[in-house]
Amino acid sequence: MVLMLNEVWFILIAVLFVGFLFLEGFDFGVGMAMRFVAKTPGERRVLINTIGPVWDGNEVWLITAGGAMFAAFPNWYATLFSGLYMPLVIMLLLLIGRGVAFEFRSKLDNPKWRDTWDWTIFVSSLLNPFLWGVVFAALMAGLPIDSEMNIYASLFDYITPYTLIGAIAITLLCFLHGLFFITLKTTGDLQNRARETAKKVVYAVGIALVAFVVASYFYTDIFEVRGAVLIPIFALIVVAVIFARSFALKSRDGWAFTMTGLTIALTVTSVFVGLFPRVMVSSINHAFDLTIHNAASGPYSLKVMTIVAVTLIPFVLGYQIWSYYVFRKRVKEEEHLEY
Amino acid sequence: MDVITLSRIQFASTTIFHFIFVPLSIGLVFLIALMETLYVVKGKEQYKKMAKFWGHLFLINFAVGVVTGILQEFQFGMNWSNYSRFVGDVFGAPLAVEALLAFFMESTFIGLWIFGWKRLSKKVHLMCIWLVSIGTIISAFWILVANSFMQYPVGFEINNGRAEMNDFLALITSGQVWVEFPHTVFGSLATGAFLITGVSAWKLLKKQDTAFFKKSFNIALIVAIISGFGIAFTGHAQSQFLVETQPMKMAAAEGLWEDSGDPAAWTLFANIDSDNQENSFEVNIPYILSYLSYSEFSGSVEGMKSIQAKYEELYGEGDYIPPVKTTFWSFRIMVFTGGLMILLGLYGAYLSKRKKLEQSSKYLKIMIWAISLPFIGSTAGWIMTEIGRQPWVVFGHMQTQDAVSPNVTAGQVLFSLISFSAIYLILAIVMAYLFVRVIKKGPVEEEKDVKLTTDPFGEEGYGSYAK
Repeated sequence: MVLMLNEVWFILIAVLFVGFLFLEGFDFGVGMAMRFVAKTPGERRVLINTIGPVWDGNEVWLITAGGAMFAAFPNWYATLFSGLYMPLVIMLLLLIGRGVAFEFRSKLDNPKWRDTWDWTIFVSSLLNPFLWGVVFAALMAGLPIDSEMNIYASLFDYITPYTLIGAIAITLLCFLHGLFFITLKTTGDLQNRARETAKKVVYAVGIALVAFVVASYFYTDIFEVRGAVLIPIFALIVVAVIFARSFALKSRDGWAFTMTGLTIALTVTSVFVGLFPRVMVSSINHAFDLTIHNAASGPYSLKVMTIVAVTLIPFVLGYQIWSYYVFRKRVKEEEHLEY
Repeated sequence: MDVITLSRIQFASTTIFHFIFVPLSIGLVFLIALMETLYVVKGKEQYKKMAKFWGHLFLINFAVGVVTGILQEFQFGMNWSNYSRFVGDVFGAPLAVEALLAFFMESTFIGLWIFGWKRLSKKVHLMCIWLVSIGTIISAFWILVANSFMQYPVGFEINNGRAEMNDFLALITSGQVWVEFPHTVFGSLATGAFLITGVSAWKLLKKQDTAFFKKSFNIALIVAIISGFGIAFTGHAQSQFLVETQPMKMAAAEGLWEDSGDPAAWTLFANIDSDNQENSFEVNIPYILSYLSYSEFSGSVEGMKSIQAKYEELYGEGDYIPPVKTTFWSFRIMVFTGGLMILLGLYGAYLSKRKKLEQSSKYLKIMIWAISLPFIGSTAGWIMTEIGRQPWVVFGHMQTQDAVSPNVTAGQVLFSLISFSAIYLILAIVMAYLFVRVIKKGPVEEEKDVKLTTDPFGEEGYGSYAK
């Protein structure tokens, strides 16, 4: 089978979103743990330092996904971003607050000041994966896309019981992923508390994911369209969550983290598999669906972009992995923590 | 107000705000990399202290630059979806390359630089800051490739009612890119340099850490002078390119309604009357416009009225004259700030050479105010570039009014405009406050070393050790 470039770019964008939610997923989770697990300002500082050197690089996966959509599927980018205007505005406000909070919080030695920014990090880390859950679910369930590829949506076109279930599932999943990351990067009491919380949250994640899959059966056509591929993926997701639980019980944190990472990767993958070859589903008429063909750039542009991407991606992966390697050590409160 | 007006205001305000931080980041990180290089080569602790002190300011600034940049990328799809559909094929590509080639590099290596002082060897640590610096410059290059396409579209053909790329090489070797890119980079280096000279001047006036700030001042001054001349030469090249490719912008920037005489005089001041298409008062300097346009002291320059007539033939009926006053005055402000920067730089070098810097309190006071010059200059420059292109968003192919999202309501844009402006205002205040605090505190002594702990990705994390 020869892959057409349109398909290559669809896969690449899917990979970028997998990478984004895998990586930023745990730093969102760590952000949520700022209120649920950390008890003292010192512990919150430790949590932030576990992701300090890498969160910015993680976020670039999202920015690159946006850029890749713009370049490879301009109509997808235009339809989605103008159609989901309000959720995106809120998401951007949250990302802006979160990004500067990491830098600003330690610049003043004042508990109120630090608390304000810590709350910013917490709220943003909680609502961001939530909004991504809404967006992904809405992509699958369909939005009122007209013949001009424009969405005229009201709030209740994308806030539905189904998208809320998706949002809760993604948020909990990121939280669990973050908790396991904390067990890998901290020691002592904080590490134990994260592990204990994870042991409880893992059940909620399991329930939410199953609910999401069941709801997808009723609210979307992904089972009709891609059932043969999706059912094994869903089975793998269930297996991964069960494994995450048993590794957590045995305190094999690295494996538990690997399992939640796998769960995230499989969940995001199933969204894209369910869509393919569509990129957005129209709830008005399937003739108005956006596909990897009618939403795409021309073949020349895709070819150029492919060459560029294939050349650059090994370097990007290389130095990102190196950066994780440099900061592989656990973070302790006794170290110098400010920067 | 309607969607188009609100979207214009939003784009202008968020872009101008974003572009306060970007050039400062590019300039500061380059200077920090220079200082750390001196540290690695000469081994003097003072240079390390310098890199760290200016690094604090850089990091506060960098954070704001990054977060406001995300909005820049998403805004095209949110507010200008018709534009995105029309040009995504061409315009999206440089943005994607920018993310892949520059953003990953900047964000990863800045993390390594901040947290890596004790974990990396001196040379590897130095490499990290240089890679951040190179990353910021690469980022500027690709975003200017995208912008140049709007000014002077090349490397594409119109297919099925949209622009499709057919020559990537033409896109990145476009004459517009190669006048715009060096001009912007020199402007950015000057921005960083003037911040450092200004802050150092303030500290020298207060007689705090004199040796430290004198050294900083001198390093930054060299960069300021070189980039000052760089700005002037590349600016000249750019205006010549402009006369050829966007004569209307140039004519508006000159307030030139009728074709000029030969040789053409440069208008220093004018009272522009856009309604009657004339200037009621002008102060002219003979020959200079010819020189600016053609590098020689002869040649006439076309005025707006005759270009308007040409464009009507070419593109159909319509008003092709941009807001003349804005274009005219922003151009003058840009040129004026640029010239002032060169003079201040040279005078500083003279004082420094004669070892009179610390005694010249008047000059030092001026240098504190001069921090604002590059910001004013580059803001004015961008206003001239973007307003001067109107009514076009992609010159000759798409007008701004056709670029807006048809499905987004005025209420939605108003909501986002208010909320982004509010959060940007807060950011500006917080930043200014933090800057002043860091500067007041001054350079700090090294902290003590604490040994780092264990490796979770070894046996501990994946093995059966843990209980």
